[in-house]
Amino acid sequence: MQVQFTVNGRAASVDVPPETLLVHALREQLRLTGTHVGCDTSQCGACTVLLDGRAVKSCAMLAVQAQGAEVTTIEGLAAADGTLHPMQAAFKECHGLQCGFCTPGMVLSAVDLCRSHPDADAGQIRELLEGNICRCTGYQNIVRAVQAGQKAMASSA
Amino acid sequence: MGASDFSRLPHIGESLLRKEDYRFLTGAGQYTDDVVLAAQSHAVFVRSPHAHARIERIRTDAARAAPGVLGVFTGADVAADKINGLPCGWLITSTNGAPMKEPPHPILAQGKVRYVGDHVALVVAQTQQQARDAAELVEVDYEALPAVVHVADAAAGTTGAVAGAALHDIAPDNHCFKWAIGDRTAVDAAFADAAHVTRLDLLNNRLIPNAIEPRAVIASYQRANDEYTLYVSNQNPHVERLLMTAFVLGLPEHKVRVIAPDVGGGFGSKIFLYAEDVCLTWAAKKLQRNIKWVADRSESFLCDAHGRDHSSHAEMALDEEGRFLALRVHTDANLGAYLSTFASAVPTILYATLLAGPYRTPLVHVEVDAWFTNTAPVDAYRGAGRPEATYLLERLVSRCAWEMGLEQDELRKRNFITSFPYQTPVALQYDIGDYPACMAQAQQLADVAGFAARRAASTAKGLLRGIGYSSYIEACGIAPSNIAGALGARAGLFECGEVRVHPTGSVTVFTGSHSHGQGHETTFAQVVAARLGIAVESVDIVHGDTGRVPFGMGTYGSRSISVGGAAIMKALDKIETKAKKIAAHLMEASDADIDFANGEFSVRGTDKKIPFAQVALTAYVPHNYPLDKLEPGLNETAFYDPTNFTFPAGTYICEVEIDPATGATRVDRFTAVDDFGTIINPMIVEGQVHGGVAQGIGQALMENCVYERETGQLLTGSFMDYAMPRADDFPDFKLGHVCTPCTHNSLGTKGCGEAGAIGSPPAVINAVLDALRPLGVRDFDMPATPHRVWQAIQQANPSAKT
Repeated sequence: MQVQFTVNGRAASVDVPPETLLVHALREQLRLTGTHVGCDTSQCGACTVLLDGRAVKSCAMLAVQAQGAEVTTIEGLAAADGTLHPMQAAFKECHGLQCGFCTPGMVLSAVDLCRSHPDADAGQIRELLEGNICRCTGYQNIVRAVQAGQKAMASSA
Repeated sequence: MGASDFSRLPHIGESLLRKEDYRFLTGAGQYTDDVVLAAQSHAVFVRSPHAHARIERIRTDAARAAPGVLGVFTGADVAADKINGLPCGWLITSTNGAPMKEPPHPILAQGKVRYVGDHVALVVAQTQQQARDAAELVEVDYEALPAVVHVADAAAGTTGAVAGAALHDIAPDNHCFKWAIGDRTAVDAAFADAAHVTRLDLLNNRLIPNAIEPRAVIASYQRANDEYTLYVSNQNPHVERLLMTAFVLGLPEHKVRVIAPDVGGGFGSKIFLYAEDVCLTWAAKKLQRNIKWVADRSESFLCDAHGRDHSSHAEMALDEEGRFLALRVHTDANLGAYLSTFASAVPTILYATLLAGPYRTPLVHVEVDAWFTNTAPVDAYRGAGRPEATYLLERLVSRCAWEMGLEQDELRKRNFITSFPYQTPVALQYDIGDYPACMAQAQQLADVAGFAARRAASTAKGLLRGIGYSSYIEACGIAPSNIAGALGARAGLFECGEVRVHPTGSVTVFTGSHSHGQGHETTFAQVVAARLGIAVESVDIVHGDTGRVPFGMGTYGSRSISVGGAAIMKALDKIETKAKKIAAHLMEASDADIDFANGEFSVRGTDKKIPFAQVALTAYVPHNYPLDKLEPGLNETAFYDPTNFTFPAGTYICEVEIDPATGATRVDRFTAVDDFGTIINPMIVEGQVHGGVAQGIGQALMENCVYERETGQLLTGSFMDYAMPRADDFPDFKLGHVCTPCTHNSLGTKGCGEAGAIGSPPAVINAVLDALRPLGVRDFDMPATPHRVWQAIQQANPSAKT
């Protein structure tokens, strides 16, 4: 099936079997390998992307469901000149990542979290990160990163 | 350069941000599954649905005829090609002098399957979906056999409930080895005379490592020069290559290149040589195709090596003042269905030798029985033996304190080792440490003084509050090779570093250790930049590729900086020696008069000096160069074999609050004070502690690998059933540091990667018990899930309280 959507600001068209998950269309058809697969039960969140601005798990929807949508993957978050998005910069500054595998999903979840809950405190941020598993960091620096990113996003908005 | 000089260099102790982060944050990391080779085909494994069964027949015709299928292989093909089984890396000798039972570990099952998920057949097809569809067409007739699952059942013998459940012909009683260390006679005598004896039975629950990147392999064969390339998510590519070529496939090592690119977490589970890696390498040549296999999470649960799974009985003998006299331990260790790469070392060399802990216990005797069961192989997981040792000892020590009417901290302080070096009764010699200082700082950071008021506040809310202590010591950077060899190790334990100085003065360093989240590209660059007096940006670190790095043993056991970093330091010493000769020539001075500091060579007693980059350029543009005395170029390699382990230590304090109505247990405060010796990058070290503590609290509160006792079916086979810690399961941790630099490596470092997972489980469970003791709960095995805590409260016997 042909699916047309916008990915990271550019029109994209993929021809995939109807059962293809969005994550596989992104990784295998479009070679956007920053979106990762960490589980097969939609629990880990490593495949999180933004769909029309909202964080979704791209392993939990079909590619055809993205028809006409605007998809942002981790490759599309930084500015065109490579300058990191404030949330990406905050993760680096706060050491909010180690192996980096859950990081793309974690950063995109955090971007949506801060847009939808700009005033969330540390405890609420911990609750709102429930859809993403990190095995390396113990989450403490991720929470710090989200708080720093939240401030930076608010001031750049 | 000595450790004290090193620690004063610029950049050492600075929290520099990580060089590797940009690629991870922009999706530019390249993990194994991101690699796509030309004409890449896909592999799917047919796995056993039975814990124990005889394979009567395998029919592959339909699968072979399915669309896109390139090949289907079974154990018969493996046998026909005379492929060896997977080797175990450590030989244990039983107390009766017999070697451990080492049953074959075929890469595809032959005759029998021995755990749910055991490899039965390999299907390779043009697409992954075709391979999956074809795998469904492989028909296997099984005759199910009785299974033995729990280690206690295995230890009870192959009669009764587990009659007929002998896994391997060479081990009819499922017993792999009986091993012991320490003086049994002296220990027994000390117990006979002791004023007080504390006894404790405990289980160390089985865990699944669950790196978020599942294991993945891509194998490629190049017919033109008979060479193989293997991309694999692995912590030690040279070891992978050595084991696979020398012991299994019988290939010349130089014909195989193993690349472990970005690796999404390991925690031990990616140290080992797995059947999938060998199967794909073998099949790549047979099919003349590039083949990829990526585990899905369900496969990771079934087939990655699991961790822990000990059942122990421990006894401590004390005098009237609470001084430890003797420790006696018996442990039954579950090895799973086959011996994984380092399985035999974990419950022996890496466990029993740590049971002296940070205490002056003059006599220790430990006996370990290791058993085969119909479960996934068990091997090293974050800490590997040391968490098991620390959990047992620190649970026992708190129990001793409670039984003797002492505070948990008081009994520990009375028994801490305070003079060094200290020879334990179980083989290790601790070089240095300051355990009372760790305790004092932890107590201050944890505000132990305020605990009584916090407990009263909890009580007023109808909640229970407890405080738990754990003082750990661990042994990192396993060493030295000759002693490890005498103890059964079948591999060396050195590390290799190559420093390649480029003509413009920038440096590329090739290290045999491997980063899978630990930040080596930054920490190692700090070491090199500090040592050479150049910018951190001028140093690149290369790791994870046997085609580029001269040799290496990889990253596990918190060895990277203390062993791998020390190897690099040795190579830098050679660089400095040669560079001084070049500088001496350039400045027309004697070699002996050249000083090197802050990136400049100077002639002692004069104002002559030249920068490092000028020497580098001269080495490669040798127009003014002592060619008669010195080779051009500035490139040195060193191998470093440590003379001893390093011994990080610390005290962890946990406070929990429990709702007795639901059993819900919340970690309210967690304090970790560690002595890692010299710290190069505090930000990275603290990140390592956070991660380790989270995994340790995970074990204590929620993580548990559960097999159905009778059938061996894995009941916790996905993230739906296996409770992985999430962000709202933890508070912020409070961290502190004490520094006694390691005395026998040039950096003074000790290793920090596993400490958190070692020290935290007993601190949490001691806190849970401290909260529940007033209700009469005496024992509690991990994990402290709400249901289990609630049950313990319901079953408590107030008259049993200590």
